[in-house]
Amino acid sequence: MENKLIKQISIFAENKAGRLEKITEKLKSANINIRAFTIAEAGDFGVMRMVVDKPEQAHNVLHDAGFTVSETDVLGIEMSDSPGGLHEISTVLGSNDINVDYAYAFAMATQKALLIIRVDNINNAIEVLENSDIRLISMEEVNKI
Amino acid sequence: MIEYWEPLIERMPVDELKAIQEEKLKSLVHYVYNHSPFYKKRFDEAGISPNDIQSLDDVRKLPFTTKQDLRDTYPTGMFCVPQEQVVRYHASSGTTGKPTVVGYTENDIKEWSTSLARGLTSIGIGRGDVVQIGYGYGLFTGGLGLHYGVEMVGASAIPSSSGNTERQIELMQDLGSTAMACTPSYFLYVNEVFKKLGISIANDTKLKCGIFGAEPWSEEMRRRIEEQTGIKAYDIFGTSEISGPLFTECIYQDGIHIWADQFLIEVIDPETGEQLADGERGELVVTTLAKEALPLIRYRIGDLTAIKSGPCKCGRTHPRIMRILGRTDDMIIIRGINVFPGQVEAVLMDIPEVGEHYQLVVDRENELDTLTVQVEVTEDVFSDKISDLMVLEKKVTKALQTVLNISARVELVEPGTIPRSMGKAQRVIDNRKI
Ligand SMILES: [Zn+2]
Repeated sequence: MENKLIKQISIFAENKAGRLEKITEKLKSANINIRAFTIAEAGDFGVMRMVVDKPEQAHNVLHDAGFTVSETDVLGIEMSDSPGGLHEISTVLGSNDINVDYAYAFAMATQKALLIIRVDNINNAIEVLENSDIRLISMEEVNKI
Repeated sequence: MIEYWEPLIERMPVDELKAIQEEKLKSLVHYVYNHSPFYKKRFDEAGISPNDIQSLDDVRKLPFTTKQDLRDTYPTGMFCVPQEQVVRYHASSGTTGKPTVVGYTENDIKEWSTSLARGLTSIGIGRGDVVQIGYGYGLFTGGLGLHYGVEMVGASAIPSSSGNTERQIELMQDLGSTAMACTPSYFLYVNEVFKKLGISIANDTKLKCGIFGAEPWSEEMRRRIEEQTGIKAYDIFGTSEISGPLFTECIYQDGIHIWADQFLIEVIDPETGEQLADGERGELVVTTLAKEALPLIRYRIGDLTAIKSGPCKCGRTHPRIMRILGRTDDMIIIRGINVFPGQVEAVLMDIPEVGEHYQLVVDRENELDTLTVQVEVTEDVFSDKISDLMVLEKKVTKALQTVLNISARVELVEPGTIPRSMGKAQRVIDNRKI
């Protein structure tokens, strides 16, 4: 089960010019590759969330640069990159009472899309998704995208 | 065992102390009347003769003196001794007005040091201790003032003065400082630098206590400092016009002991000038009973506090004052409501998720005052769920509303973005042009 978990890096950032640039610059100079990325905004501040190839290292680099950083376990779900792809997943989650805290997605080159979700009960979600023959993407696979 | 510097005086029965105060007050009024043209004029204008002062209660007949009087008579117009008898001068920087100058005779310095020697002894500092003095040395009274008290009790003083934090830490470790004196906000910053260096005050120093003052700080802040660093945090109080740092708490941390044989204190209603009863909160007024160069009669310091009478657990009988809420000139008025930064601090420090650094920003938008309270989001509490952060914002907003009855906008900011100060922290940024 452990290898189904994706380590997401989250960063607290004020909505000020140049914050994103500072973060990406740190990652770049540490040779860290960003696989998925989103910014959630709430007034004065935002939370940046990203899946990177070297989460541990990214965490340290950003922490040392003075950012407020946390690591969160999320799930990477493969879905078909066609109409109804997301609906199929949300039906499974909804009918099994799995509450999604947040989600973001991007399309891959292979007719597939990657959906990243954070849920309350992650182990339960893995079980439900796998029982419904929905494929979870591991950290290794994310790095190969 | 409780140690005393001067056990007979510190534990003297209250009525005997009052008798001493009465005698000293009676001779003081003659002394200032005869030696200072300023006071002679002031008394004459108020229709008061030194002979009218026959008891302690008569003190209320005397006119107040204020900082403005010191400014108006700059530099030495209120002095009671000629320059030949002055062994030291201190001066305020005058950033908010004309500077003020305070002079000291040899005996004034001795009395000042004695006051601190009693206080330092009451928090367990004596021979064998190493006191690192991180208050500024120079015209400011903080550094030199405390220095003489530390030497008097036989402890080793490190005159490290303020700033240069890494050097402070090096000295603290290499010379084995057992106490650090500085502003509480600077000490928090020192603690941050310790963490950054991968060491801790609790494990990597001999520090047992801090002597914190020169800015108002709350009981909640004391708890934070003690929990995080494992030291005892003691409050020290004084102001340059009445000498400098003078009084401290004792180990029981239950109010600051004011030495009654040297000073007579009252608490007054700042509006009416009427004396308030013990326990009632108002403005502190101090009469110096032993000073020679620049005695002050009913000096309005501006600090808001209450007198706590009755003996302390430590056995000392002198009156105590409660934790200083702030100074009348620190008060900000937000839409007609009086707010002291110290009150806001107490609310914030009671919320475990809020870090120790904060700032109040006051603006005026469309003729309406707005207060923004900035607090830092530390990694310990950071949740990547926006909703959790919003809950924190709301929690702080609600606490400020409930306790202080003010509506403030709470702004979560990145750690390290609120400026750290080497001395007195600037807690309030007032952008209003009033
Ligand atoms: Zn006591």
